Amino acid sequence: MSNGSDGLPTATDDFLKGLFRENPVLVQVLGTCPALAVSNSVRNALAMGLATLFVLVASNAAISALRKVIPSQVRMASYILVIATFVTIVDYLIQAISLDVHKALGAFIALIVVNCIILGRAEAFASKNTIGRALLDGAGMGLGFCLTLVLLGTVREILGSGSLFGVELFGPRYQDWVIMVLPSGGFFTFAGWLLFFNWWKKRRSSRSVGTAALAGGAR
Amino acid sequence: MSDESLWTTFLNASLINNFVLAYFLGICPFLGVSNKLGTATRMGGAVTFVMLITSVFVSGINALLAAIDAPYLGLISYIVVIASAVQLVEMFIKKTSPALFRALGIYLPLITTNCAILALALFQTNRGYGFLQGIVFALAGGAGFTLALVLMAGVREKLGLAGIPDVVKGTALALILAGILSVAFMGFAGLGS
Repeated sequence: MSNGSDGLPTATDDFLKGLFRENPVLVQVLGTCPALAVSNSVRNALAMGLATLFVLVASNAAISALRKVIPSQVRMASYILVIATFVTIVDYLIQAISLDVHKALGAFIALIVVNCIILGRAEAFASKNTIGRALLDGAGMGLGFCLTLVLLGTVREILGSGSLFGVELFGPRYQDWVIMVLPSGGFFTFAGWLLFFNWWKKRRSSRSVGTAALAGGAR
Repeated sequence: MSDESLWTTFLNASLINNFVLAYFLGICPFLGVSNKLGTATRMGGAVTFVMLITSVFVSGINALLAAIDAPYLGLISYIVVIASAVQLVEMFIKKTSPALFRALGIYLPLITTNCAILALALFQTNRGYGFLQGIVFALAGGAGFTLALVLMAGVREKLGLAGIPDVVKGTALALILAGILSVAFMGFAGLGS
């Protein structure tokens, strides 16, 4: 998958890699807990995605700015503290904007602290790069996360409640697939998207190489 | 203060609302260390222990924060306690069983970012569990986590011998399994009520 990105300037690449090539949820399988838990409707998924995006961008910038100050022995604890501070801000912010959304997301807003994507980006990227690049990286990864959540939420809401953004799609005779809004539906939907992307990647790589012999290298 | 009986709390947290299969908490270690039965059991033990310590400290922190009237510091103090508890467990396991230390690998320090533990602290606070109820809740949560991990590891050990198409191998297969397990756990709904 590295062909094509080599020619891009690094700034664009910093941003774009999070969207698909290194998508935090679908490729790196990080942050699966919130991705599964709040994706039973598109609205919740979008709210969660935006909250995580904000925390990711803010903490990436703060950690990148402090990267020369934080001693490496206590870096994890310091990162967690920075992240927890921003999450507390977001928690109160959402509560002020919409009490409904705050209730629907419940404890999962506070649980952004332990979203592995954020700590992972802090450790792998923000602690080593300039503020500008860290900002772009955070925005890219955050948008990638947001996008995946919306993908999951769309499928689950359409099948599970027969609606999208709360608007009814089918007539009254549509029988809801109740299992899709239940926890098990989350697992199945996520597995379905992973299967789709695995199949797609495999097809693309076997097509570009041209020989079926190398198709196994896609995984 | 919540007036649930201790037995209801236990049943609720371990089976009916299993942390992993109903609340999607701790999915990363659930998918990561459920390859072998032995590792899964010990991981469950480590998580249960950290949960227990966290629950005891959270009761104390909540009393303290209520006394100084600073509820917004809750999240930050919980995470500090959890990080220290994990550090403690890590040092203990490294001293007593280096083999287990290697088997758990990166997932041991990652217990800090295991959402199940922070969620335990948050749920305990939100539902107003007292000291004793908190301890039972932590034990039940740990037991539920261990149960899910062990079940998953058992199935995956068997599936290791089966012929599986390349596309499905890995995370996708684990997620489908988790989905089926989760359906099975839905059967516990209404238990004990």
